[in-house]
Amino acid sequence: MKKFILSVILVLTSALSAVPSFAAGSSIPWDKAPDRLNDLGALQNGAKLFVNYCLNCHAASYMRFNRLTDIGLTEQQIKDNLLFTTDKVGETMKIAMDPKQGKDWFGGNPPDLTVIARSRSGSGGSGADYLYTYLRTYYRDESKVTGWNNLAFPNVGMPHVLWELQGQRKPVFEEIQSKGHTTQVLKGWEQITPGKMSPIAYDSAVGDLVNYMQWMADPTQSTRIRVGVWVMLYLLVFFVIAWRLNAAYWKDIR
Amino acid sequence: MAEFKDVPPNAPAAEKALNWIDNRFPLSKLFKEHMSEYYAPKNFNFFYFFGVLSLLVLVIQILTGIFLVMHYKPDADEAFASVEYIMRDVPWGWLIRYMHSTGASAFFVVVYLHMFRGLIYGSYRKPRELVWVFGCAIFLALMGEAFMGYLLPWGQMSYWGAQVIVNLFSAIPFIGPDLALLIRGDYVVGDATLNRFFSFHVIAVPLVLLGLVVAHIIALHEVGSNNPDGVEIKDKKDANGKPLDGIPFHPYYSVHDLMGVIGFLLVFCAIIFFAPEFGGYFLEYNNFIPADPLKTPLHIAPVWYFTPYYSMLRAITSEMMYGLILCVLVAAYLGATRANISNFLKVVVVGSAVALVLMMLSIDAKFWGVVVMGGAVVILFFLPWLDNCAVKSIRYRPDWHVWLYAIFVINFFVLGYLGIQPPSAIGERVSQLGTLFYFGFFLLMPWWSRMGETKPVPDRVNFVAH
Repeated sequence: MKKFILSVILVLTSALSAVPSFAAGSSIPWDKAPDRLNDLGALQNGAKLFVNYCLNCHAASYMRFNRLTDIGLTEQQIKDNLLFTTDKVGETMKIAMDPKQGKDWFGGNPPDLTVIARSRSGSGGSGADYLYTYLRTYYRDESKVTGWNNLAFPNVGMPHVLWELQGQRKPVFEEIQSKGHTTQVLKGWEQITPGKMSPIAYDSAVGDLVNYMQWMADPTQSTRIRVGVWVMLYLLVFFVIAWRLNAAYWKDIR
Repeated sequence: MAEFKDVPPNAPAAEKALNWIDNRFPLSKLFKEHMSEYYAPKNFNFFYFFGVLSLLVLVIQILTGIFLVMHYKPDADEAFASVEYIMRDVPWGWLIRYMHSTGASAFFVVVYLHMFRGLIYGSYRKPRELVWVFGCAIFLALMGEAFMGYLLPWGQMSYWGAQVIVNLFSAIPFIGPDLALLIRGDYVVGDATLNRFFSFHVIAVPLVLLGLVVAHIIALHEVGSNNPDGVEIKDKKDANGKPLDGIPFHPYYSVHDLMGVIGFLLVFCAIIFFAPEFGGYFLEYNNFIPADPLKTPLHIAPVWYFTPYYSMLRAITSEMMYGLILCVLVAAYLGATRANISNFLKVVVVGSAVALVLMMLSIDAKFWGVVVMGGAVVILFFLPWLDNCAVKSIRYRPDWHVWLYAIFVINFFVLGYLGIQPPSAIGERVSQLGTLFYFGFFLLMPWWSRMGETKPVPDRVNFVAH
């Protein structure tokens, strides 16, 4: 019986770990995004970038501006620096762009970004990893209508909104021959024009931005983990009591 | 009708109150029958926690469901947003929602383990057939409840999962298209579908579930619990008529189950607080994208608890139909040549086999896939009458029976794994073999369960004091 249960557990765990499902359909492996979910400064910087660069075409219509108080901003700071699309701090992050215009301009309506980080998780990593890779792999491609293409999201409709910060780049591929197959492998990047930021500063800024988006997708996640620790401690103590209570009752059963 | 009882005027207030109630409602009687004088075998093991845990999860689902309905909007334009509203703006709404979404998966975990327990210890055998049948009905209702509940968040997987499954009904000959229309209330899954699934999910199916759970427990308490040895404890009683190997459910199993409940909550809460998506298995990533009727996801997979059945559905291709036809013909041949039945019955067997084969050749394989998927659950109802083994418990069955049960479980996991995966040529072959094994296990059980030498069953249960 024991062997049997063990074999079942073995099959179960190997099945769960081996499943490469729910892939978001990307073409290059995702880079690991830095984890700054507990770094309020980084999250605030991310919020600033998000409101300035994303919140023109994309909405975050389930996210209220005053929720940003959770990452250390005051309502006055939000009002002074971040309210472009509304004048009420209790409003959600809606935009003025007409969905029909979005369709005309980009070939599709830009998706709502509130929970985008959760929806883009997959076998390649977390949603933040995907976004971190995606926002750093734009390149110049004159064959596209927007003049931009992307390695993580080939033929993307969105132009490179952060191009002024990153500058214009082109990927450098190397052809590798293996067993009769030729594959193109990304070797590095060629900087065509410099951006306002150095590559390292740009990566860090994108890191802040995707951490903000990860936080925005589930703003209770830090609270959840903090509360969870106490719940687990309580249950552990309760379990010991229940275990000893059970033993006390059952000691007479022979 | 019970006699009206009086208590002395100087009795304590609590005793007076209880007497007042007992004269009007059988409170003490019910407590005795179902708790303090319900004798359960003393040798229950780990697997016997999952009955009470199913009940616990049912209560969690009902309570959290009540609070979710207070904020949820069953409207195609508002459903997705209202779930995010619960997650963000309702105080502690995220906790209620994660409890409900984790509870759905937890329900299937505990119910599958509960069914597995019944399967290996022969808990469905005489006189517990109805306990098992009610249990299967609960499982069926639970599947309906989970399927319809999954549409409510109105994400991409909710939408397209419902679309795929409801479309299956349209494969039924003659009535199919109209039936699918009736279920959807529209030509595609839409607002009408969402509203009727909401109604079924919060009212109709829970009422049926509760009724069945009561019937399941009443039937159980009428016949008494089985145990890992499959020994009837009622056969050996002491001078007072109490089973020698039985102990009162309360307090012994109430404190025992309390320990199990806390152990379960440790795992349950760890998932809620630290991994509520559970790697995309409990909350699928795609379901964080609002339903879009114009954008079909690349790969549509049901939630993990349905995937074994989904695998069986996908296994039935037009090619596979020839395999199934061969099985029917072999069965009919054996029935006509080897079975000890009258000539008239033999003609009936051959005649119905021919009719079945003709139907299998003329009706689309998709329909037979639906039949197989439904049959995989329905066949469980018949288990008490399929098993002819001389002993109940796996402990005293021939050793190779143990291996057969082990393969059955592994096969079930493999089918579940393949149901998550995108279709593939090798996966299709494996799931076809798995489907044949699943049905072979049950349909051939009347024969294989009689084979082999069973081990001697003890008079009394095995029990080591802890």
